Amino acid sequence: MNKNIIKLLLSSIFIIFSLSVIPVSANAEYGDVIINKYSDSAGMRPVIYPHWFHRIRFRCKVCHGELGFEMKAGANDVTMAEIIDGKFCGMCHNGEIAWSTEHCDICHSGKPGLKAGIKGAHQTLGPGIW
Amino acid sequence: MSINQTDLRKAKILSLVVLLCMSVASGLVYAGKIGLWDSLKDDGLHDRRNKKGLKVLQEPGEALSKLPRGVSGNKVDWVMALQKGFIEPRTHIYEGTEIRVIDLDIIMGETSTMNYVMFPHKAHTEWLDCKNCHPIFFEPKVGVTPVNMGAILEGEFCGRCHGAVSFPLTDCNRCHSIIQGTFTGTFGAQYPPGTQYEDYSLE
Repeated sequence: MNKNIIKLLLSSIFIIFSLSVIPVSANAEYGDVIINKYSDSAGMRPVIYPHWFHRIRFRCKVCHGELGFEMKAGANDVTMAEIIDGKFCGMCHNGEIAWSTEHCDICHSGKPGLKAGIKGAHQTLGPGIW
Repeated sequence: MSINQTDLRKAKILSLVVLLCMSVASGLVYAGKIGLWDSLKDDGLHDRRNKKGLKVLQEPGEALSKLPRGVSGNKVDWVMALQKGFIEPRTHIYEGTEIRVIDLDIIMGETSTMNYVMFPHKAHTEWLDCKNCHPIFFEPKVGVTPVNMGAILEGEFCGRCHGAVSFPLTDCNRCHSIIQGTFTGTFGAQYPPGTQYEDYSLE
């Protein structure tokens, strides 16, 4: 009988162990900004702006200082015309520092209909404006 | 109490089935990942049908798995990544932009029962410029700005970035880092010996 209990215990440990194999996922998209003020209505996919990608290459102060981006999702009114003119994203996305504006699909890569805003801040669990 | 053999066999089979399912599930979830990070096509934001764009974009795992591991957000300790030289992001684009980095800690003591807050200017100014925060979010003078957790959770003050693009507000002790009772100095700016407020003025 004792042997059986040990076997049962072992099976339970086995089950618990197998449950612990559930993979942990990290949110690379933490800080991604969905830019969709004009995209959807113009028949384009929304833009997904990844902070993680740009941060490896530029400090915050470059875009949020030199390029004039406000530090709040939705506070920037950026049009393609301005970008093509070399303002905002267009400072780098000009074919010299980064790909030019002809490559629409690389920036306009979001699922159609995504709500504009910043991703990942749900982690704070606060009331939050994000 | 007795356990009959059939039940035991059932338990064994069940545990094997569960293990098998878990392995298959984790295999499936890990399939598109590099390290901890989901592939762009699985992140819930990118349109899978945009094959041309997705082919060009860098996968997060490819870049982030090489950086110092953090505990929250996108699981990277970005301050350490910069300070230890894992990344060398550009400081400016225009010629003649002044690069300002200052080393001045501010200790905030009005934290109720929580640990005191230590704000390091160094870690912040390596990324940001003075004018990103002063004077729009914070007056450049200790004790003047009514910083509070309610407003921070609403996305004001520190919450402009923390909780959105920098480590989230659930990492309480990364800001509330000084245990009450261990600090005997004066709250506010901790000027290094021989310096004073004027040395740090924004003019």
